[in-house]
Amino acid sequence: MAFIENLTLFVLAGFLGYELVTKIPATLHTPLISGTNAISGITLIGSVVVAGSGNSTLASVLGFFAVVLATINVVGGYLVSHKMLRSFGRRGGE
Amino acid sequence: MAGLLDGLPPDALSFVYLVAAVLFIVGLRRLTHPRTAARGNLISASGMALAVGVTVLWFEILSPLVLGAALLVGAGIGTWLALSVETTDMPQLVGLFNGFGGGASALVAGAELVDQVGTAGVADLTLTATGAAAVTGLIGAVTFCGSLVAAGKLHGIYDRPIHYPVENAVKVGIAGVAVLVGLALLTQPALGLLPMGELVAPYWALLVVASLLGVLVVVPIGGADMPVVIALLNAGSGLAAASTGFVLNNSVLIVAGTLVGASGLILTRIMCRSMNRSLANVLFGGYGRSETAD
Repeated sequence: MAFIENLTLFVLAGFLGYELVTKIPATLHTPLISGTNAISGITLIGSVVVAGSGNSTLASVLGFFAVVLATINVVGGYLVSHKMLRSFGRRGGE
Repeated sequence: MAGLLDGLPPDALSFVYLVAAVLFIVGLRRLTHPRTAARGNLISASGMALAVGVTVLWFEILSPLVLGAALLVGAGIGTWLALSVETTDMPQLVGLFNGFGGGASALVAGAELVDQVGTAGVADLTLTATGAAAVTGLIGAVTFCGSLVAAGKLHGIYDRPIHYPVENAVKVGIAGVAVLVGLALLTQPALGLLPMGELVAPYWALLVVASLLGVLVVVPIGGADMPVVIALLNAGSGLAAASTGFVLNNSVLIVAGTLVGASGLILTRIMCRSMNRSLANVLFGGYGRSETAD
């Protein structure tokens, strides 16, 4: 039963995500949104598998666009977070 | 499935995904402290590079040129946008990226349905696949269109709230239609466009309705509330990725997506509380319109 194992992961990761960010200072809200946004680009993995499988042309075309969108999300997301956090570090951090 | 890493035991891929998930968790924790935040972002990025790199090498890619082109185009656009953006324009860019993530999840779930129908037939679609795909399509499309509107508002294209008659009734009505179309996908995946049953038409109909819902929900919200909306839509893109993980049966998608979803929801609540508003008040602002000084 793969579904119940997946559900277990989902529930446990949900609690973990809740615990991880409950004590975040307000100044880090925007960088956190940006940083987690980049993590949600993990869907790129799914896009790669679907785009590359090549079983159906339509699925590959859809997969192609999914890969482009998800890669923009991942690469752009991490770079913007990095830029934000660097200026943040200069102001008050390290 | 014979990629470049042929010969390794099947569990090796799952193990790498586990390592990536740990890197995401450690990175996310460091992101919440000012002194470690920049390092946390790098740790999470290395988890992503590991997960994506191994995936590309693991699976047999029938069209490596197409995949390579897609990755290059995406990385190029992402780098260009991130490097050229002014500091003041960063929030809307984050919103835009966020929409792309949600849109990608919606496309992947649809492509996987099309793929499964193409190889095994409509009858072999499992309820888990169609159910999770319906959730992905709904959240993903709402996130995509909602984020585009939110980013546009933050960019000052149209930052005033736009109200339309019987607003909340319209939103609830469209949401109801979306749920009905989702149920149609569960029960009658071959419905409509019968000669082309492999299209899984109800799924694409769901995307259209959900896109409309995303626009209708965000359009009445004022520019000042956009950070909360972006935080909520960020949670949406995470949840869309997580439910894509249910469609594809992929553990790292579920863990990473859920981390983002849960942390995004909590952050949304924190941000609402600091404005002394409830989320319902922000989203269905009809009652609080007088308080919302625009």
